[in-house]
Amino acid sequence: MTVRVLLPRLLADCTGGRTSMSLDLPEPATVRALLDALATEHPVFDRRVRDETGALRRHVNVYVDGEEVRRLSGLVTPVPAGAEVMVVQSVAGG
Amino acid sequence: MATTLLAIGTRKGLWLATSEDRRSWSLSAPHFLMTEVPSIGIDTRDGRTRLMVGVRSEHFGPTVLHSDDLGASWDEPAGGAIRFPADTGAAVERIWQLRPDSADRPGVVWAGCEPISVWRSDDGGESFELCRGLWDHPHRSEWGAGYGGAAAHSVVPGPEGTVHVAMSTGGVYRTRDGGGSWQPRNSGISAYFMPGPAPEFGQCVHKIARDAADPRRLYAQNHHGVYRSDDDGDSWTSIADGLPSDFGFAMLADPRRGGRIWVVPLVADGERIPPDGELAVHRSDDAGSTWRRLDTGLPTHEYNAVLRDAACVDAGDPVGVYVGTRGGEVYASADEGESFSTVTSHLPDVLCVRAAVLP
Repeated sequence: MTVRVLLPRLLADCTGGRTSMSLDLPEPATVRALLDALATEHPVFDRRVRDETGALRRHVNVYVDGEEVRRLSGLVTPVPAGAEVMVVQSVAGG
Repeated sequence: MATTLLAIGTRKGLWLATSEDRRSWSLSAPHFLMTEVPSIGIDTRDGRTRLMVGVRSEHFGPTVLHSDDLGASWDEPAGGAIRFPADTGAAVERIWQLRPDSADRPGVVWAGCEPISVWRSDDGGESFELCRGLWDHPHRSEWGAGYGGAAAHSVVPGPEGTVHVAMSTGGVYRTRDGGGSWQPRNSGISAYFMPGPAPEFGQCVHKIARDAADPRRLYAQNHHGVYRSDDDGDSWTSIADGLPSDFGFAMLADPRRGGRIWVVPLVADGERIPPDGELAVHRSDDAGSTWRRLDTGLPTHEYNAVLRDAACVDAGDPVGVYVGTRGGEVYASADEGESFSTVTSHLPDVLCVRAAVLP
């Protein structure tokens, strides 16, 4: 199945300059599986959004079809075919 | 005259300054803008210069990068230079210290991190291994967090497998087998913020430094208290007499001359400003027996603190001394602190400065 991924412009240097891409994933897919797939090609991007325990960094948000995954099932939130998954930094810092 | 490199890590980026005379400086554009740079190592062993930085994004976490061309380009290992092994269940929060070892151990670089951990690299800082002996120490669950976080912020390698670290809070620990086993070494160091007599460990030692001539002699700036040890850290005695305050963060030792050290006093725990609002460095040439105030060229109106790594020395002759403030001012002395000139102003809060005479 194919999903659409939107990536933060601040991390474009870790994704070959890309801020969006289509990704093929085996079904059923989760947010973790999607991030694992991204990590294969973009390991530095992965370290930016997840720490070495695999947890999403505190000030990074992931939305699946507009819903923030921490309000759903976190990294095991299902990603349906055709979904739009947005990775974006939260409002933090000063 | 050789070129001196001064690397300035701030809360919002890294700036590199170079000088031929350590009085007139040329400042780079910012590197890693909007990213905190709390640790810098400049490795000039083997006649080359490698610049290492521990950077941290509020959003995207910490990482280590290095440059072999004075910042023209940066390399970051794809897998990350410092990563906790999976079995620890821990994640690096901040890299507080990057410290090249001595010339007779080429390639060895030490790192101190938050959460409290010490790491060793044998490949010039490209990959680090966790010192399990300290991580698995039975005291670890009792170590606490200073205001800035729970970190091993000072790593001071010595001869023959000896390394001293200082952590907040926990105090000083020493290994004599290259990092395998660690023992607390805080006898004589106060912990006024705890009831009862000073404990075996738990002190909030802010910075330690090793004497150039006698490797068994160490100096410590404590969370109230300035100390010297003449026995490799086994015991500490106060050398605060003669200083305007025993509080501060920095402790610098002359890399060329034994017995010479610098501190930057602040008023107190609850008043973290220079005494009388005047920035001054204090130097001792006799291992802390007497002190001399040095303020020529430093501001007489300064209410910003100097953080623990925001002061450093180079290994020039005479030794250069550098001080950065949380107000974004950086001062350099080409004459061992006798006089200072302004390197730059109006940067973000200075977290770390490191300087080296380039080979």
